[in-house]
Amino acid sequence: MAQAIDDDPRIIEFDVRTDEMLVNMGPQHPSTHGVLRLVLRTDGEIVSEVEPHIGYLHRCAEKIGENLTPRQWIPYTDRMDYLAAMNMNLGWALAVEKLMKHEVSEKARHLRVLIAELGRIASHLVGMGAYGLDLGTFSPFLYAFREREKILDLFEEACGARLTYSYITVGGLTADLPPGWLGKCEAFLAQFEPVIQEYHALLTTNAIFVKRTAGIGVLSPAMAIDYGCSGPVLRGSGVDQDMRRDGESVYTAMYDGYAFEVAVQKDGRYPRDHTYPAVPADAVLGDCWHRFFVRMLEVVQSMDLVRQAIDRYSACKGPLGEPLKLTEKLPAGDAYLETECPKGQMGFYLVSDGTSIPWRVRARSSSFSNLSVTAELCRGCLIADVPAIVGSLDIVMGEIDR
Amino acid sequence: MRGPAFLEKLEAVLPGAVTGRNLEALDPWIEVAPDRLVDVCRWLKESSDPRFDALECVTAVDWFEPDQKKAAKVTWQPRLELVYHLWSTAARASLVLKVSLPRWKDDTPGELPEVPSVAGVWRTADWHEREVYDMSGVTFTGHPDLRRILCPEDWVGYPLRKDYEMPLDYHGIRGR
Repeated sequence: MAQAIDDDPRIIEFDVRTDEMLVNMGPQHPSTHGVLRLVLRTDGEIVSEVEPHIGYLHRCAEKIGENLTPRQWIPYTDRMDYLAAMNMNLGWALAVEKLMKHEVSEKARHLRVLIAELGRIASHLVGMGAYGLDLGTFSPFLYAFREREKILDLFEEACGARLTYSYITVGGLTADLPPGWLGKCEAFLAQFEPVIQEYHALLTTNAIFVKRTAGIGVLSPAMAIDYGCSGPVLRGSGVDQDMRRDGESVYTAMYDGYAFEVAVQKDGRYPRDHTYPAVPADAVLGDCWHRFFVRMLEVVQSMDLVRQAIDRYSACKGPLGEPLKLTEKLPAGDAYLETECPKGQMGFYLVSDGTSIPWRVRARSSSFSNLSVTAELCRGCLIADVPAIVGSLDIVMGEIDR
Repeated sequence: MRGPAFLEKLEAVLPGAVTGRNLEALDPWIEVAPDRLVDVCRWLKESSDPRFDALECVTAVDWFEPDQKKAAKVTWQPRLELVYHLWSTAARASLVLKVSLPRWKDDTPGELPEVPSVAGVWRTADWHEREVYDMSGVTFTGHPDLRRILCPEDWVGYPLRKDYEMPLDYHGIRGR
């Protein structure tokens, strides 16, 4: 009988493996935030393995830094995290100032806080808007860009550029604020504050958004630390660490006298949580929703810091001070400094042999370490959850590839 | 436990592992023998006080002057220096480890120097060591997946070495 079935030409057996498939996502996939390529090994709808391939945006920034003076390298830091270029300028400027043991004037310090925190708001707005796009809702993106545009207008008025500012530089800032700028900034804050409730209505409490993010891509605190995650990714897992408070004194001195609470969940509560929507029941600490929510809280926190900085800056008498000479000699030695950028802890390391051009320049990217955890987070999730997880890490490829 | 006391403890637990130090530097650092690196790192992560549970950055510095005229004046020995920046989330303290390697293994140009991988201690090291391998040419023995990360897989040379020369041609694309 068995012989008869084998010989029957009407019965065809397919010898095709249907269990696993390799799917290439990117490098031009819109939800990969730039040019990131993810190779997914899928079993039906389930992702069993993810391998990120990076380097498409590699521009040899570190090698270029070995051939330029620190101030000449400032524009290259702009192009790392191009969504928060001010914070990148600041990180590098502070690292060089640490090596040179240089202190900026009181006025420059407060202006730096003001600018850096506005930069943080702008970056988190993109992070929030683009995250909505990843999950298939277009409107939050437009809402976010409407407000970001106003920050860019303020930046343009201060330094002339809208994306790559090179405003904060080694030894201070390239220029003081133009007259009337502070009034415009205050007007923006007054207009922006009520809008945040709109964002919460659009995304944070949106039933579809919560379904797509709550309980997805849970990152445990131990794993986050082990992978070197930082910024909102680390705080979203409940690790209480913010370089603005915990970092080296070179950096924390900048925030001396400023009142702010680190946006992290402690004992099941976020600071000042009465003004924000409640955490959804499905959300688990360390999931995509929490990472997103920490960013939203930081927008409010940064707004508060901007207000404090405006007060302190306008109380400062005296000059802003001049930035250091373009060809200022560096003392021999090395210095490493991490600053809290919107995407995480951005570290700059420079080694000097005593000339004005550093011997070695190194940028430790926060997104680089944050991205390395994707393989771990995506194991066992659905294909549709991959953009949700990658988007929640809020990476920027310019900073990863350098 | 900070500074000299911490170092004394480390030397008592792992005698001979520390080969150099500079506690007066901006970022105090200790130099570790390459073959003892994993032991030291494991101790720092698991048993020391404070415990350094996070590895922030791994990088390499190429101490080499390719210019013959300038090379005569330099004070340092040609070497490749690995720099590890550690961080303790609980104590909010940092520590810098340095490891000195020859620029080429057995002084044979083209043979990459070797150092044990710490990817088994901190997962951060996985990608960071791949980047150091890619950019500075160091083989991390015991690394789970050592291949280029930023450059294409068929790239020739290690761009962050001081004697690196840009290739004249890459798949028909003109360099220089």
